[in-house]
Amino acid sequence: MTPGEIREEIIDILESIAPDEDLSELQDAPNFRDQLELDSMDFLDIVMELRKRYRIQIPEEEYEQLASMQSTVAYLEPIMKDMAKAS
Amino acid sequence: MYDTIIIGAGMSGLAAGIRLAYYDRRVCILERHNTIGGLNSFYRLRGRDYDVGLHAVTNFTPKGEKKGPLARLLRQLRFRWDEFALAEQVGSTIAFPGVSLQFGNDFDLFRSEVHRQFPRQKDQFEKLISKIVDYDDLDQEIFDLSTRQVLTETIDDPLLIEMLLCPLMWYGNGREHDMDFGQFCIMFRSIFFEGFARPLAGVRLILKKLVRKFRGLGGELKLRSGVDKIHVQDGEAVSVVLESGEELLGRKVVSSAGWLETMRLCDDVSHVDSSQAGQLSFTESVSILDCPPRDLGVDRTIVFYNDSEKFHWQKPSGLSDVRTGVICSPNNFAYDPDDDAQAMTDGVVRITSLANHDSWSALSEQEYALEKLRCYDDVLESAVKFTPDFRGHIIDTDMFTPTTIRRYTGHDNGAVYGAPRKRLDGATHLKNLFICGTDQGFVGIIGAIVSGISVANQHLLRD
Repeated sequence: MTPGEIREEIIDILESIAPDEDLSELQDAPNFRDQLELDSMDFLDIVMELRKRYRIQIPEEEYEQLASMQSTVAYLEPIMKDMAKAS
Repeated sequence: MYDTIIIGAGMSGLAAGIRLAYYDRRVCILERHNTIGGLNSFYRLRGRDYDVGLHAVTNFTPKGEKKGPLARLLRQLRFRWDEFALAEQVGSTIAFPGVSLQFGNDFDLFRSEVHRQFPRQKDQFEKLISKIVDYDDLDQEIFDLSTRQVLTETIDDPLLIEMLLCPLMWYGNGREHDMDFGQFCIMFRSIFFEGFARPLAGVRLILKKLVRKFRGLGGELKLRSGVDKIHVQDGEAVSVVLESGEELLGRKVVSSAGWLETMRLCDDVSHVDSSQAGQLSFTESVSILDCPPRDLGVDRTIVFYNDSEKFHWQKPSGLSDVRTGVICSPNNFAYDPDDDAQAMTDGVVRITSLANHDSWSALSEQEYALEKLRCYDDVLESAVKFTPDFRGHIIDTDMFTPTTIRRYTGHDNGAVYGAPRKRLDGATHLKNLFICGTDQGFVGIIGAIVSGISVANQHLLRD
């Protein structure tokens, strides 16, 4: 997957976590937390969704890598570059 | 072999089940009865639908609000806000002799009512509000403080203290006389800062949404499957044995049966101290009217009443205590006019009173029927001091008592809010057995759902 595809996938995950949220204005650099009102339970869900969809295991000490879109894509790129997008 | 076996298909068990099934865990919910819901359930009688448990959903926040328990649980269970079809209350009242406080889903109304009725308590009340705003859910030491002590230190007028305690104890206090301060803050926020709402179709709509989602995700639900015991080996729950004798293997077990009730199921536990059980149970007197209640001036969503200056929150010595109660009319919500308003053709008034489980369960069948009639009359006699008299318009009635609650919840003493001591972390003496629901600490429909979610997140999904 390209960084662009990974970003799309993260948007898709956020949509499933918060179906009422408008994500069209989401910016890549600021933290999700400041833009989306996500709490720790929701962060667990990003981790769980990645595991559910792509069997990616993220250790608890690396959760902080998922703070913003930018850092998430950067963190996932080496892991996901050889993966195909899940349907 | 299941990843998790859940005991009880009430709100908390279903919510935990959805979380697990969503993340592809093999999960089975066991329910003793032939229907789901536990305390929050529904039935049909003489051609009419009745709700048990739910008067109103608390913690109402409008669509688009991202904070608070309602928004959080919708996100966690992947529901859209509209799916629960919540209609807001029209307005509620706390009524004591000669003084009443109105409130709705906008906190400023309640604040101005307190300022108007208790002008000398204005600053004190604001001080209390900041304490409630500052309260941190996770601090067990502050959670355990005595609410009466905190209130006495903050507010001088004993009548205002009783009027604040009345609705909050009614809607979520398993302890007699006093209340844990943490529970008080949670209830205060859920009722006064957030508010009441209800789906037109009642509790069955929410239950059906939950069970449909659970099954749609591949979860298994077994009705008529009462649990006889949890089999323990070397400090671990290894299986759950049904009353039919069938044995189900599970890696983890979560029980919504209640703390003592769960301990009694464990075959490694030889003694359970039943004196720790909750004592507070209720009767509910349901009246069906020949017209909408508001035509008779019964126009509040909920009235919390108490017939003297002192509010007594304790197990009655006789069958029931009708000095205090809750009057709820499910007609009095602001339903969407496009919604099929005809679905609620009957006027309904439900009145909840305190009751003593042992006294009710000691009655013979004949006495029970007679006492129900007598109690119903006493309840209405007391309630019409606080709401216009609707007794000339009753076309049908029903009543449930602590024995009914006991039968459907399995709680000792038919204790609606479970045992006084809550187990906030959900942990037990076994590393793979957890509890959720009433005795974990959250009450009400929203509280129960949040309980199931948080126990699933904390203990069942992290491996």
